[in-house]
Amino acid sequence: MSTKQRGVPSSIWEFFCSLKLTIFSLISLAVTSIIGTVLQQNLTRKQYLAVFSKDTYEFLNDLQFFDMYHSWWFIGLLVLFCINLTCCSIKRFPRVWRIVHHPNVTPTEQQLKAFSNADERLVKGDIKTVAEKMGNFLAENFAAAKVFEKDGITYLYAEKRKYARFGVYVTHLSILVIFLGAIIGNIYGFKGYVNIPEGGSVSQIWLRNVEAPLPLGFDVHCDDFSVSFYGDSQRPKEFRSVLSIVDGGEVKIDHRPTVVNDPLSYKGLTFYQSSYGPAGAGAVAIKVKVRGEDKADAFTLQRGETAELPGGDRVKVVDCTATFRNFGPAAQLAVTSRDGERQIVTVFKNFAKFDEQRNGKYIFTLVDFNQLYYTGLQVTKDPGVMVVWLGCTMLILGCLVAFFISHQRMWVVISEQKDKVGVRFVGTSHRNQPAFELYFDELKYKFRDALSQD
Amino acid sequence: MSSGQLFNVVTFGYFAAMVLFIGFLATRSVVVAKLGNLCAYIGFVVQTFAIGLRWYETYQVPGANGYAPMSNLYESVVFFSWTILLIYIMIDLKYKYRAVGAFVLPFAFLAMAWAQLGLNDAIAPLVPALQSNWLTYHVITCFLGYAAFAVACGVSIMYLIKVRKQKNAGDGSSPAGGIVGLFPSAKILDDLNYKAIMIGFPLLSLGIITGAAWANYAWGTYWSWDPKETWSLIVWFIYAAFLHARITRGWAGRRAAFLSIIGFAATIFCYLGVNLLLAGLHSYGS
Ligand code: HEM
Repeated sequence: MSTKQRGVPSSIWEFFCSLKLTIFSLISLAVTSIIGTVLQQNLTRKQYLAVFSKDTYEFLNDLQFFDMYHSWWFIGLLVLFCINLTCCSIKRFPRVWRIVHHPNVTPTEQQLKAFSNADERLVKGDIKTVAEKMGNFLAENFAAAKVFEKDGITYLYAEKRKYARFGVYVTHLSILVIFLGAIIGNIYGFKGYVNIPEGGSVSQIWLRNVEAPLPLGFDVHCDDFSVSFYGDSQRPKEFRSVLSIVDGGEVKIDHRPTVVNDPLSYKGLTFYQSSYGPAGAGAVAIKVKVRGEDKADAFTLQRGETAELPGGDRVKVVDCTATFRNFGPAAQLAVTSRDGERQIVTVFKNFAKFDEQRNGKYIFTLVDFNQLYYTGLQVTKDPGVMVVWLGCTMLILGCLVAFFISHQRMWVVISEQKDKVGVRFVGTSHRNQPAFELYFDELKYKFRDALSQD
Repeated sequence: MSSGQLFNVVTFGYFAAMVLFIGFLATRSVVVAKLGNLCAYIGFVVQTFAIGLRWYETYQVPGANGYAPMSNLYESVVFFSWTILLIYIMIDLKYKYRAVGAFVLPFAFLAMAWAQLGLNDAIAPLVPALQSNWLTYHVITCFLGYAAFAVACGVSIMYLIKVRKQKNAGDGSSPAGGIVGLFPSAKILDDLNYKAIMIGFPLLSLGIITGAAWANYAWGTYWSWDPKETWSLIVWFIYAAFLHARITRGWAGRRAAFLSIIGFAATIFCYLGVNLLLAGLHSYGS
């Protein structure tokens, strides 16, 4: 190891402070992240073995490529990234703090010469009146100036938007804040799910990868669930659960419609509409008329249920659905006559006269179809989420400040030059130099005007 | 008149603008460049109107609720080309570097041509997952960011050509002749590249954040490492590297320009490749 001039600790410190390390870790994060987008993550061993040979599978699995965003090396890169960020900020922050709070108000001759935006005049008069004039000039055209004296020379110092220096640090801090939010969420949050049949209620949910249910401490009631479609198509328009929450015997939330993109929150838990399915067999209401007679009988039957018809025959609901092709609610009935002859009849709610044309002994009509559903809710709790949003806000504001706001500083230095007064005017901006140059050039003419006035 | 017909006019307008700008590089005639700009500006105005018209059309579909026209691939590609023009026009109004058009208009033209010739332009009402205002915020911020990166990429290509010519021309300070002579100076190109990314980076960040906010609002997870999310983060990493590369000795200039081009390639992959290519790789999982 060649650590001739610097000690080992200090070169380690320099290593963690270096911007080259930043570029390295950013590019490494970018490149390694690709792996997880190409290899599907978190499948079962069997699914991977369908694609890879056993040896390849073992090898990739040892490298944790199948859950790479939680692998030791990816987390390690993130940690390196955070250390780099922290060290770099610690190293640079004091300098920026000094510039902002203890600016160099009396620059030396050498420092003054280094400014690229500068102008110089010789005028008649005394230092005091010139300084007053210049004070007014700065206040009018830029910002109120402070006056200092050193070795018989008068210095005026004015600055604008000094807080802009902190934009970069807010941005960098924001990244640590986002990580913090993510960690809080991982430790104190959870994700679960629950299915509630229409009319039913639950007081516990199931977490992923956990056997036992988690008690909620309150009841969630599903009053209703419905799906609607665009026109006659199969394209879903809305999944809608109507939910109520009963806590300690008191209704806290009453009949709140919950749809995708509009979840329900209660006591830090959020319920998201995520799936649905049929709960139990569907039920149909049918009417039966004996051909030629006026009287009709009505039945309400579950799928698979059988009813006795007036003539002693029997009808059974073989199947029923809310949408049969594009024809709407339909039911399939099996009619069994007394002597055992079996016939299948299909009826549609939207085509009431359909069965009449069959010329059977009975005329069936489907009055209504009723399917109870369950609603599938995703349940999450994430106390870190607000911290993440705080970090995101800081990130955006910090970036905007860092990019678009510049800390501008100007000095006017007034000194005796033989029997005249020498006035120097210099300025600098911590970023966006070209625009500042233009601004300063304009100001230069005003500066000369101000000096030539009496 | 339908929005589809107007988009054809727009495609032709951008094609004409592109040809004229390339003609400008060949002929050095300012009139040709001005004509190119005229075509680009007219195309942009027509496109703005056509997007509005399509928005109106989404309300005319029977049984539909209407939606901001940015929700399928066709609509997003059209919107992408619109944002490229928007950023281009902003730069043109401010700086008036005519040669930039030759390196930016092709992106807008290719996007429009692909949308009109290769993509399904049917208006399909939104499925429940997409019915959110977050979708609109998310798409607008992402695509404005992408467009800024497209401009940065065009400018970076110009930069690389320019510094290469200057090196070949000898001492590196003498102005290079030919087409490259029409380019702004390497310093200005480098600065434009940085300015474009300065605009694009916060927009991309906001795009990722609105996406995360939406995901959190719709299903309770702001980040799930799905390929699209991950690729947007990859793009973000690359441009963050670019921003730091510029202030690091040895990384400014050419390497920064390369990072900008790689960043845009990753942007395009994030936008299109993830949907078109990774789906294939993923199909084994299903
Ligand atoms: C390992 C992590 C990082 C380190 C060590 C680091 C370090 C630095 C340093 C030293 C500067 C220059 C500050 C100055 O001008 O005084 C800087 C600028 C900046 N950093 Fe970082 N940074 C890191 C990550 C990030 C990330 C992830 C972002 C993303 C938002 C970011 C955004 C910025 C911005 C916007 C600037 C201003 C750039 C400019 O002035 O052109 N940094 N960073």
